[in-house]
Amino acid sequence: MTDRALAVVRAGALTTVQDLGRPGHAHLGVPRSGALDAPAALLVNRLAGNPPEAAVLETTLNGCALRPRSAVTVAVGGAPCPVTVGGRPAAWGAPVRVPAGALLDVGAAFSGVRSYVAVSGGIAVEPVLGSRSTDLLSGLGPPPLTDDAVLPLGHPVGPHARVDVAPQPAPPAELVLHVTLGPRDDWFTPAAVRTFTSRTYRVSAASNRIGLRTEGPALERALPGELPSEGVVLGAVQVPPDGRPVVFLADHPTTGGYPVIAVVGASDLPAAAQAVPGTPVRFVAVRRR
Amino acid sequence: MRALPVGNDALLVEVSSGEEAQALHAELLRRRAEGALSVREIVPAARTVLLDGLADPVRLAAELAAGEVPPTPPRAREVVELPVRYDGPDLTDVAAHWGVDEQEVARIHAGTEFRVAFCGFAPGFGYLTGLPQRYDVPRRATPRTAVPAGAVALAGPYTGVYPRSSPGGWQLIGTTDTGLWDPARVPAALLSPGTRVHFVQVGPVRQTGAAGPAVAE
Repeated sequence: MTDRALAVVRAGALTTVQDLGRPGHAHLGVPRSGALDAPAALLVNRLAGNPPEAAVLETTLNGCALRPRSAVTVAVGGAPCPVTVGGRPAAWGAPVRVPAGALLDVGAAFSGVRSYVAVSGGIAVEPVLGSRSTDLLSGLGPPPLTDDAVLPLGHPVGPHARVDVAPQPAPPAELVLHVTLGPRDDWFTPAAVRTFTSRTYRVSAASNRIGLRTEGPALERALPGELPSEGVVLGAVQVPPDGRPVVFLADHPTTGGYPVIAVVGASDLPAAAQAVPGTPVRFVAVRRR
Repeated sequence: MRALPVGNDALLVEVSSGEEAQALHAELLRRRAEGALSVREIVPAARTVLLDGLADPVRLAAELAAGEVPPTPPRAREVVELPVRYDGPDLTDVAAHWGVDEQEVARIHAGTEFRVAFCGFAPGFGYLTGLPQRYDVPRRATPRTAVPAGAVALAGPYTGVYPRSSPGGWQLIGTTDTGLWDPARVPAALLSPGTRVHFVQVGPVRQTGAAGPAVAE
């Protein structure tokens, strides 16, 4: 095997390969997938000298440890966490050189949920429908990382960025999600719509790449039953029978039968990806642009 | 026809029937192919078409409201033939719902021209319409934890083929060996919205496999 490869020493709780995802196939039932905190993934790619579409690693809460077979430049961003190379502290949010065979340890997040690890050349697993992203809903793309797995790396295309530390937004202490109401807000009572846009929810521990689940006051329906299945978008706030809103994230199903009360604006979704369980959530209604 | 705004750059167009949704879908695809419509996703479903990633949702909503997007009959497309063994574990139950015997279920099903109304549930899973309404069947009371790949199944007004093994609550009437989904193939999905489908009976008609719990639950 080529030495452009990365050995997985510690896979962590859930580490997946992610890029910009595979939009454009929703009509076939294929989720878009892709990095949940896309700005963080783009930033670490830029720091490592990769193009925006290069595949990175997305960790969950407790990081991962990797051993490159040849010297690489890496950059770690997203959820802030300790970074060590060969046991010595290294920078978070900046390009870091990792010698061949040295251990890169991406530690547990100090705050936030998902750290991103870009490696010069990008993770070069075989693309599926134009993307290397792991899709946890439908199982497309590479499986989540396992201990002792080996990931192929691409060839670096450019020099890493010349910065010391790049500024990144802190994970949210309170998650404020701006929503436009509809398309199915009329399936809820006016009191439920007021509850939705005025009360505080909390991020549920059952959240994942498919959806940010919440705990809080249940939303009462004006109409019973289910809709015939209809297409849903990224950021849709679907309300299942338990009445607790679920915000659809990148691996969301392409169609659904529970009513969508509102849609979260795309610019608020990266923060949703970094909100730990228990974080207060407020849905703030805004007018459509 | 009603165009509901979805977020800032999507529209959910609601129509009154599945046929109308298919015709609207065909017209929207035609417009996109002509370069008259800039949109990232066109997702048909039971009675809606979702347009996501629209350059100008307000203008399109106005055009739809003014009746300037007349649904057109879908173009005649090539028919995909799927050889099927009518050997599913729910064949007898479906025959009872239909008030016919198992042989007749196979004859009616294989004698119907289906059309993929929309896809969802899993990559490459098509919701096929074509059977008359009197042949609608309910889902199973208890879903199976594993339905094998290639299972031909019925639920409500739809026929579907499981592209790979997954949990499922549909009534299983047969099996096909044809690969429905292969990401390495172009196109990956054998069935996409608008595809016409014929099931071709192969082998004898007989129920095999566990029909479910032996005693009433």
